[in-house]
Amino acid sequence: MFRRGWFLPIAASLGFVFLYAPIISLVVFSFNENRLVTIWSGFSTKWYGALFADPQMLGAAWLSLQIAFFSATIALVLGTLCAVALVRFRKFRGRTVLAGTVSAPLVMPDVITGLALLLLFVAMESTLGWPAGRGIVTIIIAHSTFCMAYVCVVVQSRLADFDMSLEEAAMDLGASPVRVFFDITLPIIAPALVSGWLLAFTLSLDDLVIASFVSGPGSSTLPMVIFSKVKLGVSPDVNALATIIIGIVALGVFAATILQLRSRPKKARA
Amino acid sequence: MSSFDSELPPPPRRRPWTMVERGLAAVGISGKALVIAAPAIWLTVFFLVPLLVVFGISLSVKQFGRPPYTPLLTTEGGTVQLTLHLSNYLRLFTDNLYVAAYLSSIKIAFISTVITLIIGYPMAYAIARAPDQWRNILLMLVILPFWSSFLLRVYALSGFMSGNGVINQLLGVFGIPPVVMMQTDFAVYVGIVYTYLPFMILPLYTNLVKLDGALLEASADLGARPLRTFLSITLPLSMPGIIAGSMLVFIPAIGEFVIPSLLGGPSTLMIGRVLWDEFFANTNWPRAAAVAIAMLVAVVIPIMLLQRAQDAVQDNEMSK
Repeated sequence: MFRRGWFLPIAASLGFVFLYAPIISLVVFSFNENRLVTIWSGFSTKWYGALFADPQMLGAAWLSLQIAFFSATIALVLGTLCAVALVRFRKFRGRTVLAGTVSAPLVMPDVITGLALLLLFVAMESTLGWPAGRGIVTIIIAHSTFCMAYVCVVVQSRLADFDMSLEEAAMDLGASPVRVFFDITLPIIAPALVSGWLLAFTLSLDDLVIASFVSGPGSSTLPMVIFSKVKLGVSPDVNALATIIIGIVALGVFAATILQLRSRPKKARA
Repeated sequence: MSSFDSELPPPPRRRPWTMVERGLAAVGISGKALVIAAPAIWLTVFFLVPLLVVFGISLSVKQFGRPPYTPLLTTEGGTVQLTLHLSNYLRLFTDNLYVAAYLSSIKIAFISTVITLIIGYPMAYAIARAPDQWRNILLMLVILPFWSSFLLRVYALSGFMSGNGVINQLLGVFGIPPVVMMQTDFAVYVGIVYTYLPFMILPLYTNLVKLDGALLEASADLGARPLRTFLSITLPLSMPGIIAGSMLVFIPAIGEFVIPSLLGGPSTLMIGRVLWDEFFANTNWPRAAAVAIAMLVAVVIPIMLLQRAQDAVQDNEMSK
């Protein structure tokens, strides 16, 4: 329809090459037998073996998954409540303050968020005696705080464009607001809740900076362990780990896309 | 008997939240208050108060001990004394390092945003104009790196650009001597563009896909060349997408820590890295706090105000 000749396809292809070439080279070299990551000397899966025999790496991965699970869940509850408050309760005292505060973590550099929470935890420890030391709990609190902003944005946009008359009908039929929320609102916004939770989960799993500030001795998350390894140079077991993570993510995104494409014809969106 | 039973309306299903609701109402707490209070209290305690604490500690000075800063309030002989130090802030202005780091962060973030826009725009446009069956696959390819680990993508790039990495090996095939790319500002630019490209493409795509084809046809029918059509129709109409995408790249790029520390050299100055070093390497918590407050005032607050203004403009356009 709009013939822009050769420019757009070529520019887009180059862009995709730029996005994927480093990832593909990383995946290929994860199967390299040589310790020097960039010199190919034969196919081998030994780095995967080394990865699964590394207790530090496995421990950090398990810790990160736990933190991501709890943070995403807390962020989901708080973020959804916040979105409901902002979208459904048009007027209440402090609405602008709440709206500003919940979106602030989106523009706040990680180094500031991390530093601020660490200083809070230290001050709380010396005055209240809690939290005693830093570790998984302080990381979960920190991650929940910045993840709830993302959940709130996702849920807010879904709440804003759904048909209010459904809720009103339920209220007219005598359902209490809480019942309306659980029976009508929640099922409708469920897809947003799922994507909000997944977003929070990945963000928490991926965070290096905030976790570095608020973690304590013995609670190094996976990104912290990777970072300390990578600082010393390229290491083949990190390539193996990256390949596994990229594989899982690719499968997940692929499945989500297929599900989305399948469900689309059924729902006739206005 | 049984037939009579079945004609009765089914008993209302007992739901746990009905009881919760009644219980709360009995104590005088409405559901609405609770919905607002829970996130509000959390954000106050774990977001607003910490910023106040940072401000407080920025007025203290480093000491050896736990915690490694002097207390603001001391009690001496029954009187409470408040000691505030402005030395950290004075230092920010007198030591060239900090001002240079702020300016350099803004410069690096700005240039990378422009490059990301130049690379991302044609990609977004190509995806928006692609045939339907291709569009979703291409979009998926843009989103995929975004869901995989940020740290690992920076790492992938470092392997790619290293002294004996893929690029230099390719150059070697053509007889070109290896180029030093790692530990330079160049690597930082590439790193920011590489990791934030999806953030630029997605808002641009959402905007460009809505572009009315009839306008472009009309322009072509009236004899405009493709470039002219692009400059006078497509580009102005996609301005909201350009602004949204640029903000999504520029804002996180300014405070970036991982990219300059893994890809940049010792001379790559970025404020996020300076704050990190001040805290972890020098363990000067009050100085790090002052850097954070200055960053908040000089960078974050202007961006928030800008965004608010932007939202207001958009709301106005929507209501028109």
